[in-house]
Amino acid sequence: MSDLLHTSGQRRELISFRIGAQEFCVDIMAVREIRGWTSATPIPHSPNYVRGVINLRGAVLPIVDLAARLGFAITEPSARSVIIVTHIGERTVGLLVDAVSDILTVSDEVIQPTPDVTCDTVKAFVKGILAVDDRLISLISLDRVLPDLEAEAA
Amino acid sequence: MEAIKATFFQECEELLADLEAGLLALEGGDTDPETVNAVFRAVHSVKGGAGAFGLEQLVRFAHVFETTLDHLRSHELEQTAHVLKVMLRAADLLADLVRAAQSGAHLDEARCQALAEELVALSGDHAAESEPMGAASGADYLLGDDFDFKPLQVAFTDSGDGAGGAVMDEPGLTDWVIRFRPLATLYLKANDPALVLRELERLGALEVGLEQSELPLLDDLDPEGAYLAWTLRLRTSASEADIREAFEFVDGDCDLEVTAVADPFAAQFEEEPAASPVSSDVELDVMALIQRAQAEVASSDGGDIFEPAALAEIAPDSPTPSPAAAPAAKTADAAAVAPVTTTIRVDLDRVDRLINLVGELVINQAMLSQRVIEAGLVRSSNVALGLDDLEQLTREIQDSVMAIRAQPVKSVFQRMPRLIREIAAATGKQVRLVTEGEGTEVDKTVIERLTDPITHMIRNAIDHGLEKPADRVAAGKPAEGMVKLSAFHRSGRIVIEITDDGAGIDRKRVRDKAIEKGLIAAEAVLTDEETDNLLFMPGFSTASAISDISGRGVGMDVVKRSVQGLGGRITIASRPGEGSTFTLSLPLTLAVLDGMVVTVDGHTLVAPLTAVIETLQPKPDTVRSLGPSGMVVAVRDAFVPLIDIGANLGFRSTPIDPCSGVALLVENDVGGHAALLVDAIQGQRQVVIKSLESNYQQVDGIAAATILGDGRVALILDVDAIIANRRPEPTPAPAPEHNPPLLATAS
Repeated sequence: MSDLLHTSGQRRELISFRIGAQEFCVDIMAVREIRGWTSATPIPHSPNYVRGVINLRGAVLPIVDLAARLGFAITEPSARSVIIVTHIGERTVGLLVDAVSDILTVSDEVIQPTPDVTCDTVKAFVKGILAVDDRLISLISLDRVLPDLEAEAA
Repeated sequence: MEAIKATFFQECEELLADLEAGLLALEGGDTDPETVNAVFRAVHSVKGGAGAFGLEQLVRFAHVFETTLDHLRSHELEQTAHVLKVMLRAADLLADLVRAAQSGAHLDEARCQALAEELVALSGDHAAESEPMGAASGADYLLGDDFDFKPLQVAFTDSGDGAGGAVMDEPGLTDWVIRFRPLATLYLKANDPALVLRELERLGALEVGLEQSELPLLDDLDPEGAYLAWTLRLRTSASEADIREAFEFVDGDCDLEVTAVADPFAAQFEEEPAASPVSSDVELDVMALIQRAQAEVASSDGGDIFEPAALAEIAPDSPTPSPAAAPAAKTADAAAVAPVTTTIRVDLDRVDRLINLVGELVINQAMLSQRVIEAGLVRSSNVALGLDDLEQLTREIQDSVMAIRAQPVKSVFQRMPRLIREIAAATGKQVRLVTEGEGTEVDKTVIERLTDPITHMIRNAIDHGLEKPADRVAAGKPAEGMVKLSAFHRSGRIVIEITDDGAGIDRKRVRDKAIEKGLIAAEAVLTDEETDNLLFMPGFSTASAISDISGRGVGMDVVKRSVQGLGGRITIASRPGEGSTFTLSLPLTLAVLDGMVVTVDGHTLVAPLTAVIETLQPKPDTVRSLGPSGMVVAVRDAFVPLIDIGANLGFRSTPIDPCSGVALLVENDVGGHAALLVDAIQGQRQVVIKSLESNYQQVDGIAAATILGDGRVALILDVDAIIANRRPEPTPAPAPEHNPPLLATAS
């Protein structure tokens, strides 16, 4: 039924989560699972937003502190913190966020282009914004979440 | 088609290995007819497959080779050392041809011809009179590219009073009528009659007539049924056996009648009683023949089914077994072949996935046990007892799964006889290879990476180790030198020894060389062992002239590095005049690693045990500062750099007091030493290696990761990288050029 009503735009599902007071979301197709926080083994010479690695059923999973990656303060993980396990290209990466809030079903036209702000991290990571019930939610692009190999200088 | 071809080459490799192993057994005095048969079958199968893929050069040579082997099989050719030497060389060439075919290359035709001539000459010496056609075929081969099999009747002549002999004695062309009716099973096995017909066409002029009378109307047609038959007229000089060979792959899946027309001996056929009226021209007692053949098989008890007399009766005479009889004959055949264990080919990725999952299971089981104990359940509770069973089961599963990847080292050892033959020929030395423990199993990856080091060490053993025959005799040794290659398991590792009975390491020369190359000081006092180990120094080569054999730009240092890359160690034992032994000790698998678990600033790290030479407790009087922040520690008489792992990896900004920690004396691939300072040692453990790169990226100073019993990830240190870039000197200390500064500090 909904397909009939919304033939004009591609509908997609997004998972929204909180970092501090702001809300962000990623495409649900990139998300493999959501799990509670477990402490990670730190990796030497890694940028401050790489929390370390955890054991995800035998795979070694790097954990990126998304807040730190986006330029906020480093997250102090609490019992409520969660790890969103996502696929980024060939890799599987865990994103540490404060809390998962919602699953949104939206059509493409609801997603507005990112306003032209000067902030570099916004340019690099926010690929669109959407307004849902008076909330502003930023759609995150995951491609650049991991450190670039050449820009790895610790 | 490409996939089938790949399988063919894979099979070829196994067949060639069987071939060489069989020939070597024969050379060693084995007279079991089954060994000869196995050798023959190997060449025959290579030829058959090659024919199907149109690899003509390969087919031609295999054919000549096969013919000669057939003489051997029929005892027309004596099993002499010379014969076997030629055959071993032929096996080498066959292997080269297969490899050339695989890469799409063409081998030097002259080489094939020369060896083919030799093979033919062998047969010629021994069987020329009774077997003129075999020689003729060899000659044909030598004439050039004409891909035409002339009759190759072999082996059957001595008993040949039947039709087979008749055809053989008739060198001219014979007309054959062949009726070929595929059964549905032929198509089920993905065979194609067209290929068979094409094969027949090679034998001579072929007329093909299709019989489609059985073809039903479309409504009644079973799409998987077989309705067509062919009547073929073939004018050829080939024998019936050759014709039947074209049907080899569809044997039992078709009705086949091969009848000679205008054969002077045809009358003889007609006189025989008819058991099943088959075709108009000729009637044969098929069932009786098959029964006789089966009786032969049964009485020979799985051994000599190719006994010439029996063969003469089966092969040239028997026309197609009737459908009912065919399976029976096949079964008998199968039973007669030496028992073969069934195997399957599995994609390596699947096995690795299974191994990973089992690794997980083991970790999970360990975690569960820990939780049960934490929960305060007593050891005798049912849960704990059940967990004990689970633990045992998981261990067994792990062992079994690891065993899937394990393969006998035979595949590496088998390449060596050829190498030895080549080097022996090039150096003019006489060498006998003795192998032991070929069945010793080790991980496939380890095996693949073992070939090069072993090859190189064997080269060295012959080139540098063994003396010239004259020198050996002068020293009171047999002229023929011995190189022994053995493998065995010792305390969870595989040990491979390469022993020669040559002159041993000339320590004086080694020492002089090392001094000349500036590797050691002229006044250095070295033990014998230390002198021997100079061989592993980069850039060391004792050969006064770079010989063609060993001097291909790789030295023992490369061997040592590749062995260490496998987590292995290499040692030398040498006695002047008696020879040397190189011993490789390797882990059974690359998926797990023996590690020393250490604590650094609260983090758990794993150091590969193979790199750790010893552990030591730095004392205030052994630790010296070098430069503003550099430290060295005295290990016996030498100073080695002391690296604080915590500071090196950035876990802490200021190094700890060396005397409060423990140092691991480690060695890197190129023999450099360093002492790694850690807070404490937890113990030794086998850990499963996990890649960091698959989800993250390479990390400086870290080789990989692993998962500990508590489910947490621990990082495995990359000792080489840590030694190579001990980075954390805030003010770069001038790199010590030579030892003098050390001595100054020590005094």
